Amino acid sequence: MYGVTITELIRKMDFKNLTPELDTDKIIVSHPDVNRPALQLTGFYDHFDNERVQIIGNVELAYLSGLTRERRIAMYDKLLSGKIPCLVFCRGQLPEPEVLELCGHYGVPCLSSIKPTSDVMAEVIRWLKTKLAPCISIHGVLVDVFGEGVLIMGESGIGKSEAALELIKRGHRLVSDDVVEIRKVSDDTLVGSAPEITKYFIELRGIGIIDVKTLFGVESVKDTQSINMVIKLEEWDKGREYDRLGLEEQYTEFLGNKVVLHSIPIRPGRNLAIIVESAAVNYRQKKMGYNAAQELYNRVQANMAGRNE
Amino acid sequence: MTKRTVTIELDSGLEVRPIAMLVQLATSYESKIYVQSEGRKVNAKSIMGMMTLDLPAGEKVVVTAEGEDEEKAVCDIEKYLSNN
Repeated sequence: MYGVTITELIRKMDFKNLTPELDTDKIIVSHPDVNRPALQLTGFYDHFDNERVQIIGNVELAYLSGLTRERRIAMYDKLLSGKIPCLVFCRGQLPEPEVLELCGHYGVPCLSSIKPTSDVMAEVIRWLKTKLAPCISIHGVLVDVFGEGVLIMGESGIGKSEAALELIKRGHRLVSDDVVEIRKVSDDTLVGSAPEITKYFIELRGIGIIDVKTLFGVESVKDTQSINMVIKLEEWDKGREYDRLGLEEQYTEFLGNKVVLHSIPIRPGRNLAIIVESAAVNYRQKKMGYNAAQELYNRVQANMAGRNE
Repeated sequence: MTKRTVTIELDSGLEVRPIAMLVQLATSYESKIYVQSEGRKVNAKSIMGMMTLDLPAGEKVVVTAEGEDEEKAVCDIEKYLSNN
């Protein structure tokens, strides 16, 4: 399971740490969700998600302020004893000194943000979802072509890197060569990036390693890119049928997310970069609501209908 | 599928040059070959992939191969990594 430390959370969210004496490097959040403990503060602890970041806003504070002091502290005590990763107060609110003492006692960092509660919740969830997303590493090349993330896959030596190089020379951007780390950020978004160690490098058979960023400039590289389509390069196989119309989409799967797949047969002399570019713009056009294959189908149908009249 | 755990006994560990040699070796087989270390599984024919593994001498890796020449592939890779 992946995790982030509370130290990272504090730095990223710009929280104020009200319990600086606690070692926040040791406390790890591995749950990409938050909880507003309003119900728990009333004493209801069924289904309590104690692994989540606990966020206290106006509602909780308003309720607590209506309680007697002893009852209020008892409620805080119960919540803080539940092994929660941290407690966040929003809108710049500060807890009573007794609460900070309890935090110190149970080893739960107490944090504060000046932002409204819903903003804090949204930002924490978004950031945690990205950081804690399931991740795999695959063999392929990821290029940003006209804003579409195109993942080029295929056997070693089939020409993935060469295709990427030509795309770069045509003004597109390299994300990663050979190894792509894919994160599932949500059920419909996969984000690809390069391992730190091979970032901006391409290996070209016969030449060796080249550094794209220093050779072609900052405009030729990109650090992360969502993956919108997969292009699979294959040796031309006479017996196989390749898509001639594009009426039906084929898909492949990474981490349970579906991505459009085009299998492209290669033969010497086929200009791969132009084919990849066309596939990317065609995909964009489809997203905008125009499908060329469907249009051709409609024209042929209309033609036939016209003859029957 | 042939699978074997191999200890890296090359003096300098798997640094850039030995990786290039290993990738060259792996590429000479038809089989699909993978090297696995601490949950990372990498295509042995991918030079960039192998660079990301970070394998000093003494480290253990699992080599798997699948294909017609898998036996020979794993044997030769084991021979290369164990330095004999």
